[in-house]
Amino acid sequence: MRQALKVGRYALADLVRSRWILAYAGFFAVLGWALFYFGEEPAQAIVSLLSVVLIVIPLVSAIFGVTQFYNTREFVELLLAQPLRRHSVFFGQYAGLALCLALAFVVGVAGPFLWYGAGNREDVGPLVGLLLAGIFLTLIFVALAFLVGIRTENRLRAVGTLVFLWLYFTVLYDGLLLLGIMLFDAYPLERPLVVLTLLNPVDLARIVILLRLDAAALLGYTGAIFQQFFGSGWGMVLTIGALLLWTLVPTALAARLYATKDF
Amino acid sequence: MIEIRGLTKSFGSLPVLRGIDLTAAAGHVTAIIGPNAAGKTTLMKALVGLVIPDGGDIRVGGVSVRRSWAYRARLGYMPQLPRFPENLTLGELVALIKDLRGAAAPGEEALLGLFDLAALLARPLRVLSGGTRQRISAALAMMFDPELLVLDEPTAGLDPLSSRRFKDLLDAERERGKTIVLASHVMSDLEELSDRIVFLSEGKVFFDGTLAEILGQSGEPTLERAIARMMEGERR
Repeated sequence: MRQALKVGRYALADLVRSRWILAYAGFFAVLGWALFYFGEEPAQAIVSLLSVVLIVIPLVSAIFGVTQFYNTREFVELLLAQPLRRHSVFFGQYAGLALCLALAFVVGVAGPFLWYGAGNREDVGPLVGLLLAGIFLTLIFVALAFLVGIRTENRLRAVGTLVFLWLYFTVLYDGLLLLGIMLFDAYPLERPLVVLTLLNPVDLARIVILLRLDAAALLGYTGAIFQQFFGSGWGMVLTIGALLLWTLVPTALAARLYATKDF
Repeated sequence: MIEIRGLTKSFGSLPVLRGIDLTAAAGHVTAIIGPNAAGKTTLMKALVGLVIPDGGDIRVGGVSVRRSWAYRARLGYMPQLPRFPENLTLGELVALIKDLRGAAAPGEEALLGLFDLAALLARPLRVLSGGTRQRISAALAMMFDPELLVLDEPTAGLDPLSSRRFKDLLDAERERGKTIVLASHVMSDLEELSDRIVFLSEGKVFFDGTLAEILGQSGEPTLERAIARMMEGERR
């Protein structure tokens, strides 16, 4: 654990000086500032930010994660030649990168919000939802990036796989879901839909925020069921639990593969 | 001392090491040579624990290193292509390795001076040349006064002066009883440094003996010719 913390601290120190991370934080800051400035109320800005967060964070986390995984390869070899456990190197590297990306996002979004909306207490809930969703998506997609990076030596294939995963979770999954709803519209689908939603981290992240905005009413009857289910205390626990699982399972799997990987 | 017994490793369906037996004694430089793709780097990486062998055993000082990490406190390694985090400075890198090892680095100042690195401590690593990185790698490998040195083409990219200093240093380390395993294609390295030469070919030990034995067996006047002949003969 102490070894992992040390590795993570240096990974973080290396990354915060990277221009890409600064650009990433700057992107959210500029976007957030513009949305809060031109939007009529903070809640609106948060909904607009939500759509960007759900698309951009998975993509950047996955691609930046896997690029970083390959770029630090030789350095990791240097670390692994030191008297350290492999797990320490893996978790240090993963945590350093994921925390750095999450931090860039949080600072980028929270900055303009505090500037414009600090007085409004009722907007804090949705903001927390947004930050939570963004942080989870970062952790999940960096873990997936590491998993793919460990599995293949071929950068191009890794990037291709991750772009596909991103497309699948952000676009295709919902499309397939809609198709399913159309095909089976004679059946009561609300409960299966709740389960299917748990299987997609991007949908889960969306729900975390929407339910904090009372926007679920816009989703019609299904929305009502969702509100009833996900809006309840248990629903919230389940949503966060599912997001936690989505973080832990790929990370644990990656750590396992990393332990026997040849460098 | 390092003892390797029956070491095997395949990458996918491609066998890279096919039963390597090898002993590297303390106070000796054991040179690993062989054609490209003979398994030299894989063997070196298995010693360091970067590659996990499929079968066989590696023992350091009589203790198997399988699933072990603590033995690396006694090991210094120079990889073939050293690369470091781009945004850190050399000074930070040195501090990092010292911090991770949690050990004193008795050779730090002497080595940084020897390889002309002391003036570069504040520079970010991304601006340093390949030869400079190689010098850093050498300093890092030896800084903690390890008993074992695993060096994968250590003089590649070094200028003549650094190369000379490096070899003198290695000579001194050998005199102090270090176990040194070295892979190299540079004939002068082998001629000047090696006590024993192990010729790997297609994942097996093809020849294991002294410089004099290699020359005597081949009947060639120089080591380069002797090795070239060995490679030719082995291809036929």
